[in-house]
Amino acid sequence: MLVPMSAAPVVDPTSAHGAFTLLWLVIALPALGAVVLLLGGRRLDKFGHLIGTAMAVLSFVVSLILFITLLGRDSADRSVSQHLWTWFSAGHYKVEISLLYDQLSALFLLLITGVGSLIHVYSIGYMEHDERRRRFFGYLNLFVAAMLTLVLAGDYVGVFLGWEGVGLASYLLIGFWQHKTSAAVAAKKAFIVNRVGDIGLSLGAGLMFVTFGSTAFTVVSANAPHASKAALTAIGLLLLLAACGKSAQFPLQSWLLDAMEGPTPVSALIHAATMVTAGVYLIVRSNFIFTNAPDARTGVVIIGCITLMWGAIIGCAKDDIKKTLAGSTMSQIGYMILASGLGVVGYAFAIFHLLTHGFFKANMFLGAGSVMHGMDDDVDMRHYGALRKAMPITFATFAMGYLAIIGFPGFSGFWSKDKIIETALTENWVVGLCALLGAGITGFYMTRLMLMTYFTNKRWEKDVHPHESPKVMTYPLIALAALSVLGGVLLAGNWIVDWLSPVVGVPHESSPPIPSLAISALAVLVVAVGVATAWLLVGAQEVPRVAPEKVSVFTRAARADLYGDAFNEEILMRPGDRLIRDLDTFDRTAVDGFVNGIATSLTAIANRLRLAQTGYVRTYALSMLGGAAIVVLALLVVNL
Amino acid sequence: MTPFKAPSVEYSLIAPVLIILGVAVVGVLVEAFVPRRLRYVVQTVLALGGTVAAIVETIIVFNRLNLGDTHPGSGRLAVMGALALDGPTIYLWLLILVIGLLAVLLFAERHLEGGLLSFAGQAAALPGTDAEREAATKGLEQTEVFPLMMFALAGMLMFPAANDLLTMFVALEVLSLPLYLLCGLSRRRRLLSQEAAMKYFILGAFSSAFFVYGIALVYGYSGSMGFAEISQAIGGRTGGHGLLLGGIGLMAVGLLFKIGAAPFHAWTPDVYQGAPTAVTAFMAAGTKVAAFGAMLRLFYVAFGGARWDWTPMIWVVAIMTLVVGSALALVQSDIKRLLAYSSIAHAGFLLVGFLGIRSLVDISAGEISAVPAILFYLTTYGLTIMAAFALVTLVRDAGGEVGHLARWSGLGKESPAVAGLMAFLLLAMAGIPLTSGFTGKWALFAAALAAGAWPMVIIAVIGSVVAAYIYLRVIVLMFFSEPVGDGPTVAMPSIMTSVVIAVGTAATLVLGVVPGPLLDLLGRIGEFIR
Repeated sequence: MLVPMSAAPVVDPTSAHGAFTLLWLVIALPALGAVVLLLGGRRLDKFGHLIGTAMAVLSFVVSLILFITLLGRDSADRSVSQHLWTWFSAGHYKVEISLLYDQLSALFLLLITGVGSLIHVYSIGYMEHDERRRRFFGYLNLFVAAMLTLVLAGDYVGVFLGWEGVGLASYLLIGFWQHKTSAAVAAKKAFIVNRVGDIGLSLGAGLMFVTFGSTAFTVVSANAPHASKAALTAIGLLLLLAACGKSAQFPLQSWLLDAMEGPTPVSALIHAATMVTAGVYLIVRSNFIFTNAPDARTGVVIIGCITLMWGAIIGCAKDDIKKTLAGSTMSQIGYMILASGLGVVGYAFAIFHLLTHGFFKANMFLGAGSVMHGMDDDVDMRHYGALRKAMPITFATFAMGYLAIIGFPGFSGFWSKDKIIETALTENWVVGLCALLGAGITGFYMTRLMLMTYFTNKRWEKDVHPHESPKVMTYPLIALAALSVLGGVLLAGNWIVDWLSPVVGVPHESSPPIPSLAISALAVLVVAVGVATAWLLVGAQEVPRVAPEKVSVFTRAARADLYGDAFNEEILMRPGDRLIRDLDTFDRTAVDGFVNGIATSLTAIANRLRLAQTGYVRTYALSMLGGAAIVVLALLVVNL
Repeated sequence: MTPFKAPSVEYSLIAPVLIILGVAVVGVLVEAFVPRRLRYVVQTVLALGGTVAAIVETIIVFNRLNLGDTHPGSGRLAVMGALALDGPTIYLWLLILVIGLLAVLLFAERHLEGGLLSFAGQAAALPGTDAEREAATKGLEQTEVFPLMMFALAGMLMFPAANDLLTMFVALEVLSLPLYLLCGLSRRRRLLSQEAAMKYFILGAFSSAFFVYGIALVYGYSGSMGFAEISQAIGGRTGGHGLLLGGIGLMAVGLLFKIGAAPFHAWTPDVYQGAPTAVTAFMAAGTKVAAFGAMLRLFYVAFGGARWDWTPMIWVVAIMTLVVGSALALVQSDIKRLLAYSSIAHAGFLLVGFLGIRSLVDISAGEISAVPAILFYLTTYGLTIMAAFALVTLVRDAGGEVGHLARWSGLGKESPAVAGLMAFLLLAMAGIPLTSGFTGKWALFAAALAAGAWPMVIIAVIGSVVAAYIYLRVIVLMFFSEPVGDGPTVAMPSIMTSVVIAVGTAATLVLGVVPGPLLDLLGRIGEFIR
């Protein structure tokens, strides 16, 4: 199916001058914020959140200036590199800390700092009563700095630095309320599962060094077409493993739902809009590998298909509003991975969907946070209902996100998802049908969420008085809602495809098997079926306050995350546990026994030898005489 | 009858030795003519100034011989061929003089004994007599230790430079005799000290006898005292091979005794324990460096052609030394004895490197060969052990130094600084990375491996594992054991001992982290003139 396509562009940046010399500031500002907030101590408690927000906003301003400058450049001249210093060198191997600013990283910069700034502002309100708010903002700044490092690095080792940095920030923020055991466990789980993926990135970078003698984008992209197919496929699959870990793709998806233990702004920023999309970035950035490795791309497409269905199915059965959204995130990233696996024709649409998803999913997560804020931090949708009147702004903004994600015509998600479905159908009809079906299920679970939260009957707990959130929280919602609606303009005049083509390559012309308009209509129809089903099953009935026990085997499986955790526990954790226990026993008995035995016998030998040290000169002289005999004998023996 | 021809002496080239000898002679005169109360100051200044002048002079000689920028193996002979001034000699001079300078500082320390030197007030007074008590109450001091030390230092300088058998023997005696005396001059525990001196003297004389007999045999074989002629005779396969083998063996005994290799090591623990700690430090570092330098030149230059005959003997000795040094250190209960056995084990490691002898043509450029490796190890070991013994002098109670290890338990709580520094130095002796001990061992083993002595390297690596246990035991004792009731106190030294500790520790750290420059230098100069 996936035939080799036109050659991937070589990364060949010009060195930075003019406004581009400010590039390092984009990372340095939030990094400085993190350092100040985390080392500053209690005296910053009163206004620390303002410092953190200011750093994010300043970083956004710099990103915007850079973007506008980039727009002013000729399209062939939009790749800029800023060399900072040589990190380390060993023999011929050198790792430079240099930043690569091109069309792809420019979009990521705007997304990370833009959405990041909005979420910083929102968090001022959301975390108002938390006594560790300063630290929270320090971690958020740390995350932003690490994420920016990830997308700006010009070398896979630099990417790895950012990759680990966001992993650390994610760990710290999921476990931010570490007094809750569930949060601490979830943080640990996220960290460990991510580690499995990280191995993919480090091995991938290592293999690149072996294959190309360098890990810099410039060298790898220039030499990739000449490398052996096996090496490229292996590198591609290792990078895919990395992407699976960070982007919660099958089979490393299990951590994302638990990660919802973190504060909601974290879920919005890290586990919806930015960090979890790093896998997509990695694949699109490595287009020079994947374009030349069709087998690896097949793997990418398969993973994308499985995950988009997996996440959607889980989303259908969850009563926890954040976990439903997390399942949805998993599924939507599945779409992006799927698109990036399609190669040159898909890269741009993967990024397009990544951006629109960043808007509408951040919007909905923050909306969910706003709901929780009004509902005493209850996350169970079975305790919601009829909230549209109590929280009109939250409802209205959430609705914009909802319409965007299900792909209501005209909203941002419609454009981006439609393009992926169309391209998938063009390339391979099985994949296309999978994407289409996923869209229908999305329609179902999102409608179910909307109905259970904002419509249907009131099922509130006693003493809960839902109220609209303060302005510092609703304004970011409004901004994100506007982006959710209007994000589709990026496609106007095929802008995003043309914009990214110098980075990811120019797609060849091909027409879908049936007209595009028909595909769009079909997609809308499938979504409508999903929405209608949800209405029939949820909206038209009384929603029980307690989740019904007697449900089909499918619902039970979906509630149990399709047994992903059970699988991990049975197949990986328990045998691993046993292995470690056995090794420990072996270490204690056999190894320690051996070592202690040697020590004991050495001491015994030494105590014997010690007897020769009598303190008498005559004994010493005798031993010298004996020694002299040995020496002369040793000389004579070899001459016999 | 041929007219008498006066020997030519290159005074400027051997100036470092002459300066030290001159200082020693002047020191003796100072004892005779300078009033008692001024002697300490005059002697200290003289010894320090003389050593520093000798160091400066050595650097000048180094530059005059252009050793740094020519190919290995350059240099020249001096004093009618009696002394060889090549890269190894000049480097060892520098090292020995630095060790000597540090030793002078230790000798001159007066803070620890309440304003007096740590040497016997009147060496001639018998222990436990009225005369001794009188010397103590009067606060007598014996400043002859400085000229004695300078004589020993001069001998140490000549020893590795000696290029014929007679010079070598004279150097051996010049370095040994003052040391025998110095060992008996401890202010505290005088009986133990005198016993140590006596043992050292008798056994030293015994080993010298072997050495002289060996000289006679070698002379009988080659008909010459000069190393070059001996080497020639071996190359020419002159008859009487038995004479040569006997000579090599007996001379080896004398040298192996000095470096403390088993089974000629028995004096080491007793003497190291009994001698004043400053003397122990000087002996442990200086004697070992000088003797190893001499042994290298004798075996590599004079006996190099017969190396297939003597390497098996060194194998045997090296294995015995490693086993004895490592095993017996396990069961020591006194820190000075433990360090003595540790120095025996280090001699074993050096002998492993000694087996790295190869023909010059086999050594490719940039490779670490045996001589640079051994010179590097001697540097690291010498400076580390100086600092370690200097630290030992600080742990005291009313009766003087506290050597018993049981009383060192919990020292980490009493004085984290002293215990921490000691732990660092012990880790260096164990060869833990980021200390000079690691780099040194690595260089030695690399040199031995390149010469094909891999079984020896395996044994040595196992030996260093055992050795690590020895040092870690002390560290555990200092940091993880509860302090005993009447634990020792840590005395504040004057600037002099502090300098020794600082220099030794800094060298241990620096040579562990950036060994490159020194290894490069040694690679360039580390070959004998032949």
